[in-house]
Amino acid sequence: MRHIISILLENEPGALSRVVGLFSQRNFNIETLNVAPTEDASLSRLTVTTNGDERIIEQITKHLNKLIDVVKLVDLTEGAHIERELMLVKLKAVAGAREEIKRTVDIFRAQIVDVTPSAYTVQITGDASKLDGFLQAIGPASVLEVVRSGVSGISRGEKTLSL
Amino acid sequence: MELLSGADMIARFLKDEGVEYIYGYPGGAALHIYDALFRQEAVKHILVRHEQAATHMADGYARATGKPGVVLVTSGPGATNAVTGIATAYMDSIPMVVLCGQVASHLIGEDAFQETDIIGVTRPIVKHSFSIRHPSDIPTVLKKAFYIAASGRPGPVVVDIPKDMTAPTERYEYVYPKKVKIRSYNPAFRGHGGQIKKAIELILEARRPVVFAGGGVITGEASDALTDLAKRLGLPVITSLMGIGAYPQNDRQCLGWPGMHGSFEANQAMHHADLIFCVGARFDDRVTNNVAKFCPTAKIIHIDIDPSSISKTVPTDVPIVGAAASVLNEMLGLLGDREKDVTTREQQLAPWWERIDAWRASRAGRLYEPAAQGELLKPQQVVEAVHRATQGDAFVATDVGQHQMFAAQYYKFNKPHRFITSGGLGTMGFGLPAAMGVKLNFPEEQVVLFTGESSFQMMMQELSTCRQFGIAVKIVNLNNQSLGMVRQWQDLNYKARHAQSYMESLPDFHKLFEAYGFKAITVTRAEELEGALDEAFRDTNEMVFLDIHVDPREHVYPMQVPLGAMNDMLLSKTERT
Repeated sequence: MRHIISILLENEPGALSRVVGLFSQRNFNIETLNVAPTEDASLSRLTVTTNGDERIIEQITKHLNKLIDVVKLVDLTEGAHIERELMLVKLKAVAGAREEIKRTVDIFRAQIVDVTPSAYTVQITGDASKLDGFLQAIGPASVLEVVRSGVSGISRGEKTLSL
Repeated sequence: MELLSGADMIARFLKDEGVEYIYGYPGGAALHIYDALFRQEAVKHILVRHEQAATHMADGYARATGKPGVVLVTSGPGATNAVTGIATAYMDSIPMVVLCGQVASHLIGEDAFQETDIIGVTRPIVKHSFSIRHPSDIPTVLKKAFYIAASGRPGPVVVDIPKDMTAPTERYEYVYPKKVKIRSYNPAFRGHGGQIKKAIELILEARRPVVFAGGGVITGEASDALTDLAKRLGLPVITSLMGIGAYPQNDRQCLGWPGMHGSFEANQAMHHADLIFCVGARFDDRVTNNVAKFCPTAKIIHIDIDPSSISKTVPTDVPIVGAAASVLNEMLGLLGDREKDVTTREQQLAPWWERIDAWRASRAGRLYEPAAQGELLKPQQVVEAVHRATQGDAFVATDVGQHQMFAAQYYKFNKPHRFITSGGLGTMGFGLPAAMGVKLNFPEEQVVLFTGESSFQMMMQELSTCRQFGIAVKIVNLNNQSLGMVRQWQDLNYKARHAQSYMESLPDFHKLFEAYGFKAITVTRAEELEGALDEAFRDTNEMVFLDIHVDPREHVYPMQVPLGAMNDMLLSKTERT
């Protein structure tokens, strides 16, 4: 099963490599990885999506917690949560396809953020399956380039992951 | 306020931390530190002949004392040579602090002379690592390094020190930090009360319980509590290889150690148990054999200070995260209120003990065939004779292979911290430097090294270190002129095709030891053994090499059958369970 693990990490050199190294060292899988600073300059927030049965996810969270640089973590998929990913897609857009793409962009509530006579660059946010759905609707023939941010997430309600 | 250079801070910190010995080897990037050590007397530096030996010496010291061993090496090759020793300590959870010189900050990343990203190289084999980024950080970072290395589940910590951080011209205020806090590191101590009560209920109900005690009982200084508890409840005790000595082996309740070459009764009892009460062991593959067939009728209670050890390979019924001594003492306290349940135990466990005693009796006297006069000795009987010659009270270090298993099987340990062996990583060459680290810190004690001629040759350059510092180890070389364990596997699995497992052109050990000014005694026939041991063990402070020629055809048994259950064992070349 797919899990989204959200981590508060010491903003120290080498801290990220310890997290990434742990996954390869223990043969765990990383599907997406997203990392950026937080409002507290000493901490980074890191979101990993991974796959595995209950036993493997338990091992992943235990081993992550064991890293000295990991301050706190939560498996967001254990409760209600919001999941978002940003995708930028460059699409071949010529002649009649331009209108068709524009319609699909509207249906998915995406935005065209750059235009040339033969290409559109589209920005779309949502959960991973929405992004997959958009690419499917457009069809592989028009897709020139895809950039995805990886998933970031936050729990619903008043629960927070903070110090 | 005292102003010190980074290098002087390191020397001073080590003194303030109570470090008596450090083991190391100088080089360019570490020279400011070496100069600081030269100008003080509190911390004594032991010069090894290869950095790997420095880590094993520190490791041997740490295993014997429970305190972190300290290593100092230079950048690049100095640091990479230490890697095997760091990995050895990591696999066995041994506290160690490794100080590595590094090229000056402004050169990092430029492929400077003797530059290696040692933080990167060691990342998967350290508990944690630090890079010094300002000289004034040195006291706090070192305190954190020692704290992390020795607390919780211990392990090695690497500190990378760029040369400019130790420059003698730059001085900063030094205060010894008595305590240090790390917001993201709070090792567990007390176990969960509810879980502890649940565990007691399970233990009192069990009809076929066994205690399975690992290295965590020794590192956690919980041997006394464990012994009390097992005695009180009449429980059979099995220790892992790393847990040898956690419970006295001369006691009837001790069944030895389990696993690939574990005792017949330990493997049988564990397989048939209805409860495994595990304290500080990690159910590694050399213990469990095939996990799918592991102990089919047993519930498992697992006390461990490291939550990631629990349910890692086998699912646990009652997990208890906490320090072994704290949890066991809490259990003892709770049992005080259950005196009635405790006293009816003997009857409840009588049928179980009958079965265990039968397993034990079925193998008694059939473990190996001792050599007769004029024959080559059997390695097992050498270990038994050394056990007698040292009254079973020596520190015993080993290298890795058949001799290691024989030492673990036939030397009986009654105290913790006495059996010094590389269990997890299985590092050949570990033995001599580890024994040296023990002897240096316990000069009055007998320190015995069981080794083989193959392992020994991996670190024999350290004889020079022994000579320089007057370190006297009794080296028992079980010489079978082959890589015995490799040969055994080749006998069993490769139709006796002995690919590269034969050691041709062994040195003349007499001449070799003579060159270093040490005594060597050769034993080629069974009847020479007792006299040789008398001579070798007469003086604790004399280095002696016993080159004992043993039967090269001997295999280590029992041996678990691959992919089988714990109790699927080869018992000899012709018998199988």
